[in-house]
Amino acid sequence: MLDIVNEELAKTDIEPIHFDHDCREGICGMCSLVINGVPHGPQAATTACQLHMRSFKDGDAIYIEPFRARAFPVIKDTIVDRSAFDRIMQAGGFVSVNTGGTPDANAIAIPKTASESAMDSAACIGCGACVAACKNGSAMLFVGAKVSQFADLPQGQPEKTARAKAMVAQMDTEGFGNCSNYSECEAVCPKDIKVSVIAKMNREYLSATVKTLS
Amino acid sequence: MASTQTPTTKKQPQQNQSSTPFTSASIGKKVLMAFSGIVSFGFVLGHMLGNLQIFLGQEQINAYAHSLHALGAGIWVIRIVLLFFFVLHIFLGVKLKAENLRAKPVGYKFNETVKASLSSRTMIWTGVTILAFFIFHILHYTARITDPRFLQLSLDLAGRFDVYSMVILGFESPLISGFYILAVGLLCFHLSHGLYSMFQSLGLTTKSTSKMLHKFAHLVALVLFLGFAAVPVAVLANQLPLPNSEIPTEEALDTLTTESPNQISTDSGGVR
Repeated sequence: MLDIVNEELAKTDIEPIHFDHDCREGICGMCSLVINGVPHGPQAATTACQLHMRSFKDGDAIYIEPFRARAFPVIKDTIVDRSAFDRIMQAGGFVSVNTGGTPDANAIAIPKTASESAMDSAACIGCGACVAACKNGSAMLFVGAKVSQFADLPQGQPEKTARAKAMVAQMDTEGFGNCSNYSECEAVCPKDIKVSVIAKMNREYLSATVKTLS
Repeated sequence: MASTQTPTTKKQPQQNQSSTPFTSASIGKKVLMAFSGIVSFGFVLGHMLGNLQIFLGQEQINAYAHSLHALGAGIWVIRIVLLFFFVLHIFLGVKLKAENLRAKPVGYKFNETVKASLSSRTMIWTGVTILAFFIFHILHYTARITDPRFLQLSLDLAGRFDVYSMVILGFESPLISGFYILAVGLLCFHLSHGLYSMFQSLGLTTKSTSKMLHKFAHLVALVLFLGFAAVPVAVLANQLPLPNSEIPTEEALDTLTTESPNQISTDSGGVR
């Protein structure tokens, strides 16, 4: 829809509306539009790029706004700077791979339930809709998903204490708000991440705090 | 709308190397919020169970109140601990709200809420109202300085302070009863989100228990509301009789203070 608007604008010599997009398949997490007050628009578990015009009636007014949060400064029009997420990932959203021989496939047994729940969390595409929807501009759903995807797997265990503390500390440094358990993030998440990942992160953070008390 | 600077020239938050202390971290504050909330909830629950003893008669509730005061220094220890957590809860609540407002400086033109409940969005306002009520309630029934009649109450038959009559006299005013019912209503509204929130903040929820805990919180809040509201409603509906004893009625008190008191004997009250 914005493409058509922009084509029209280009014809009339007006600068087109800037908006983020990449894959247009609903998997990259690049689109960042708040449509009628809801990040990614009215359709649940769908990114803005996959939201079709058939979701609206003919003649409907559509409000398009950028993601709003202090940690997501607006660059231009609806494009916001989401590099805060990258810095949170750099703080601990990884599993260190040490050099050496290639490990055997399936050397580490992982229960199906654990791999499934890790995959549910890892489905997060880091689009930032949770922050945009949160009335506190909190990134807890994103960080919760990223902490959980490692905490559920054996590969994530060695660094779990440092990870939980580092990612939460970075999240606070970036100026995201606190969680008020509104569950608004869960409602808009295009990948249907549940707030249970926030509870999981809270557990991880608490146990990390207790472990490092000394 | 757009900032003219490119993101790279903006001050970038540094990669945070040292971890923040627990009490200033976002999750740490939420955990403290939940814990102080649990303590306060425990008090509210105990208070309701105490209140309901009024339905067991004057003897029961006066004996209960007397047993609390008989703790001596113990009651002050409990009060100070409760007050500490209560103040902590309020302090953190205001602090978190201020931080959250700072984290979302610009709102949306088209404001929409998909899932967040009204109670979750009004925690700070219900909280502040509860605080105002709490102060009045302490002055009313604990310090007993808002109602002169309470100081004139005679001791009950066993020589204890007559809590039973005090509560009934206090709730006879529809204004006070109405404010009380409204305040406990807001308190329970606060708890309908707060109780669930405690479990979530302490990491005690999972995907499968989340829905059940929501229902549990609503149910507990409803039970608390009914328990608290029962007392003023019963008083207003004349279901709790004043003991036909030495309690001066309002009229008697008026005559007592304005006119010659010689003919007003202590047993003139008790009739409403």
